[in-house]
Amino acid sequence: MSIGTTNARPFLDIKDLTVRFETDDGIVQAVTESSFSLEKGKTLGIVGESGSGKSVTSLAVLGLHRTRSNAKVSGEIWLDDDELVTATDEQVRKLRGGKMAMIFQDPLSAMHPYFTVGAQIVEAYRVHHPGVNKKVARERAIDMLDRVGIPQPSRRFSDYAHQFSGGMRQRAMIAMALINDPALLIADEPTTALDVTVQAQILDLIRDLQEEFGSGVIMITHDLGVVAELADDVLVMYGGKVIEKGPALDVFQNPQHPYTWGLLGSMPRLDRDVRERLTPVKGTPPSLINLPSGCAFHPRCPFAGRNGERSYTEVPLLRGGTHSVACHLPPEERTKIFQQEILPIL
Amino acid sequence: MSENLLEVSGLEKHFPITKGLFKRQVGAVRAVDGIDLQVQAGETLGLVGESGCGKSTAGRLFTRILEPTAGKIIFEGQDVSHKSVGQMRPLRRDVQMIFQDPYSSLNPRHTVGSIISAPLQIQNMPTPQGLKSAVQDLLKLVGLNPEHYNRYPHEFSGGQRQRIGIARALALRPKLIVADEPVSALDVSIQAQVVNLLDDLQREFDLTYVFIAHDLSVVRHISNRVAVMYLGKIVEIAERKDLYKNPRHPYTVALMSAVPVPDPARRDKAQRDRVLLTGDVPSPINPPSGCRFRTRCWKAQDICATEEPPLVTRLDDPASHLTACHFPVVEEETVVGRRPAATPA
Repeated sequence: MSIGTTNARPFLDIKDLTVRFETDDGIVQAVTESSFSLEKGKTLGIVGESGSGKSVTSLAVLGLHRTRSNAKVSGEIWLDDDELVTATDEQVRKLRGGKMAMIFQDPLSAMHPYFTVGAQIVEAYRVHHPGVNKKVARERAIDMLDRVGIPQPSRRFSDYAHQFSGGMRQRAMIAMALINDPALLIADEPTTALDVTVQAQILDLIRDLQEEFGSGVIMITHDLGVVAELADDVLVMYGGKVIEKGPALDVFQNPQHPYTWGLLGSMPRLDRDVRERLTPVKGTPPSLINLPSGCAFHPRCPFAGRNGERSYTEVPLLRGGTHSVACHLPPEERTKIFQQEILPIL
Repeated sequence: MSENLLEVSGLEKHFPITKGLFKRQVGAVRAVDGIDLQVQAGETLGLVGESGCGKSTAGRLFTRILEPTAGKIIFEGQDVSHKSVGQMRPLRRDVQMIFQDPYSSLNPRHTVGSIISAPLQIQNMPTPQGLKSAVQDLLKLVGLNPEHYNRYPHEFSGGQRQRIGIARALALRPKLIVADEPVSALDVSIQAQVVNLLDDLQREFDLTYVFIAHDLSVVRHISNRVAVMYLGKIVEIAERKDLYKNPRHPYTVALMSAVPVPDPARRDKAQRDRVLLTGDVPSPINPPSGCRFRTRCWKAQDICATEEPPLVTRLDDPASHLTACHFPVVEEETVVGRRPAATPA
């Protein structure tokens, strides 16, 4: 798979990733031509509502669609010098859990109920370190449990997942994901099932561990607050497409896409005065089987008519430099709308 | 505004834990363990807390879906604490509930029409315009297409289902609606639509809400008064602006500081100001003595273990601001539990 000398390619580079599922109801266009990249030691936040394609993207990176015969993945996924879309199952299996690992949303269903937490962590380690004996692996697992802040790790090693609380379970899963020092860590809604005080602990832990291990992290969430806490770069997805991406500070302070405006206007914020009313995005997210023509957001976009018929007929491309956006509105007009109509109500 | 629609005092709900052949009781989950509060007509009372704090059980007691172990529930001057199902029925007109999960709270085999008309039929409500058009009016009211009368719940999205649940709760024109996490299962953009809808309906029908949620920012948006619960007890209750401006209970302070702020520019400040609680919520089977929060509190002293702090006005707070803490947090206080600037490896 190696393509020889090192080049300027980012550590994780995804080009035109498309994922489709063939179902009885038609073809589900889960992800359409998404491109993005991530450097080591950085965090990329992927935001979007349910059905926006954010989880499918991450599962594609890990090659978890391979077992599903109805899934079609195309495009390129480069992790260092390996291309993952065309790689063999065996090659991907070697990377999965080793060089790239994942933290799932619901740790109770992600862990096996019949095996102890410790045994599952040891297994994850020994799969990628075949020569290591059980005792060493056990010590390593206990050390990892300790690192993620589980009290009395040598005792908890022999507990089952159901004996852990929600926060502890998520910590154990992080320990399992990090046991092989992955260079890429994907966290899919890692704190959604947790209470806020526990969420704060887990986000803190991910931040510290990232500093320590220098991994690249993809943080998938619907919570803009969580993204603002952790991410260096932000990707906003809608209807299976990347509609805005850029440095976190830019995207939050100078959002460009009307959907991003809508997301920001939808949420009540503790750091602002109480507004009389929230300004939600009208309508509902589109069906991925039958995406609207042109810009997928046009049925919900208050500005769709302002630019002639293009919104209804032509798919907008992602344009711009480091901060890019897929919208037909000309940049000057977008800035004007944002300053005059959106900023005052955020 | 000043008249109390609902009053509870000393309210307790203990779920027994049984063991062995004869179901001998060996303990109890003290889900709600002595709460007092009043809900005034026309207001929205927010009830916040983390999972397992008893907020949902409290909501189910207010609507008398559950019968309290001890204490009193007084609705419009009438003691309803131990009324039978039959005796409660006339009162059900006035108290309705909206549930969290719009998937499990609607019967998948019933059409939307029969789901929304069920309360009208059970209560024998007169519908001068006919049952069908009464239901269609309700559908219109909550922003759904009245033509969808004959559809089944699976044909709707999560947000639309939640609207169906709201229409059902509204059918009898109740006075009090207890909404248990009505928006937490919804996407952000849909959440705002439902919050605005609840706002509009309250204005139109003079509704009183008890709004149960774990999301402090949504609760702040919608409530006039907010009560914070921890392990079956109310630890702090106040007018919205007082609570969010001067939180007194260390738990309230920790809870608020834990909410992520959607502004990367303030990231460092938010992290610096964050109170990181250690450990988990203790078990409600065997709660800590004295103050229940003391095991995770950075201000705890000996008295906290021996003496339970009463829920009273502290410091120079207004009379409506009650806090159950021996050492309430004062403004500008340096909080000891804050995250150290550099984390040791």
